Amino acid sequence: MTADRLNAALSSGARPERPGAVAAALTFGWRGMLKIKHVPEQLLDVTITPVLFLLMFTYLFGGAVAGSTDEYLQFLLPGVLVQAVLFTTVYSGVSLNTDVTKGVVDRFRSLPIPRAAPLIGAILGDTVRYAVASTIVVVLGIVLGFDVGGGVLGVLGAVLLVVGFAFGLSWVFTTVGLLMRAPNAVMNTGFMALFPLVFLSNVFVQPSTLPSALEWFVDVNPISHLTTAVRGLMAGAAETGDVLLVLAEAAALVAIFLPLTVRLYRSR
Amino acid sequence: MTQPLAIEATGLVKTFGETRAVDGVDLAVPQGVVYGVLGPNGAGKSTTIRMLATLTRPDGGSARVLGHDVVREADAVRARVSLTGQGASLDEELTGRENLVLLARLLGYGRAASRERADELLDAFELADAGGKQVQHYSGGMRRRLDIAASLVVTPDLLFLDEPTTGLDPRSRNQVWDIVRALVAAGTTILLCTQYLDEADQLAARIAVIDRGSVIAEGTPTELKASVGQGALHVRVADAGRREEAAALLAPALDVPVASVVRESDPAALSVPVADPDRAADAVAALSRAGIGLADFSLGRPSLDEVFLALTGRPAEPAADDADDDPTTPTLQEQAA
Repeated sequence: MTADRLNAALSSGARPERPGAVAAALTFGWRGMLKIKHVPEQLLDVTITPVLFLLMFTYLFGGAVAGSTDEYLQFLLPGVLVQAVLFTTVYSGVSLNTDVTKGVVDRFRSLPIPRAAPLIGAILGDTVRYAVASTIVVVLGIVLGFDVGGGVLGVLGAVLLVVGFAFGLSWVFTTVGLLMRAPNAVMNTGFMALFPLVFLSNVFVQPSTLPSALEWFVDVNPISHLTTAVRGLMAGAAETGDVLLVLAEAAALVAIFLPLTVRLYRSR
Repeated sequence: MTQPLAIEATGLVKTFGETRAVDGVDLAVPQGVVYGVLGPNGAGKSTTIRMLATLTRPDGGSARVLGHDVVREADAVRARVSLTGQGASLDEELTGRENLVLLARLLGYGRAASRERADELLDAFELADAGGKQVQHYSGGMRRRLDIAASLVVTPDLLFLDEPTTGLDPRSRNQVWDIVRALVAAGTTILLCTQYLDEADQLAARIAVIDRGSVIAEGTPTELKASVGQGALHVRVADAGRREEAAALLAPALDVPVASVVRESDPAALSVPVADPDRAADAVAALSRAGIGLADFSLGRPSLDEVFLALTGRPAEPAADDADDDPTTPTLQEQAA
């Protein structure tokens, strides 16, 4: 260890001007990109699960559920888009929990930066995963013969709506991520909650075929609202009310769970 | 001392459920020195440091760090201190260089300046070759050096170092000690938590001994050691059967009560407290005059255990007690245990 270099490094460590909240959050988003660069395997879940779901459901159940695989694909694809992106939101909680248990959060918390910046930045980084999942589903769907009635704008609108809702939902899982003791527990809790919610929606089946109690639940499930709006956008026949309802639900999730996450993060 | 204090803590309290992890800690740390906080695992060292570094809110008492209240002016404190925690507070998936660039960016350096600063630090900490490797592939010593470098992206006025050498090999430990000496020479105040008396003795100008959440002794290393005697004479007799005989000879030769002789778990080993090192040679000579063969003998510095025995009348708690120190960092405790 050369004392000279050490002393030189110490004497040149003058404090620059502090970055703003946006710059700090974007830096954390960049950290998310770096992690994808180093561990691209983490995108496997995001990419393979929706492919499996799309292929299995289309060809196994298509004939039985909708009479033909072509017709079922038309119904299913927007739902798989929703399912693929929403499942990804659990990882926001998992990675936050990993940061906490590994101790890197202590470093971030001891910096003079806005306390919410690491959280907002991380979720901004996660939207890249949502975009990857969305692209794969849409491209595969078109290859399999999905008819995009809404055109490019419809598809873009649908993807944006799903990503927007996912942004809201990921705050639920960051809250869970700060309450649980280990990343695995976050993963299990997240999927245990999401699986029934996704299946008890109109993602895979028409609610009218269900027993009435179940149909009632499916109708009030926000995931159904999202799926309905996304189907509308992709078909080029979206109802403004449907889209606004989804945006309101996403805003409500953010309004409740963002402050909760920040509070838990601060009081650790 | 006319300079204002770097840290002034009065009656700090932190409870986790039923446990009072920190139970009324008072500290007065002068500027520009290494101040040692010495205690066994679970004594409340980490929790104290976390409160002073604004990571944990105190349940009682108050503390001012560099003149700023740690609760009301937490941001002002954060702007002037750095913390190197017990485990490495690094992103394991990123490279060493990326970790430093990330922190430099968060502290306000521009893109190019961040890379420059990262390279300068990697160079100074002899990590230039490893800069492009992911931190998860680093050795313990490299990780600790990077962790300290990460605390120095902007040179802090006060650095908290929580057990910086626990688990390191001797060479890495010496490197960390050199860094601490260079830092304090450059004017940074350092609060050093450690469970090694040796480390506090080597580095610290003053030491607070902490046990069960409160400070039980405070002073310079010399004062502290004087209060516990100079250490102990460790003897291993060649024939375990003659250990009692040796004990009976050593105690009067060193002018200590026979009851203070410690029978080690090794059936041939004894240790006897030494008040006056000049008499140790005579004591060993007394054994050889009596024809008691020795396998080994040494005059040791007082260990942390001896300090605790002298100050509290009981040995330091084993590491298992660590669970109540800080429940927010379970992985670190696993490491320590």
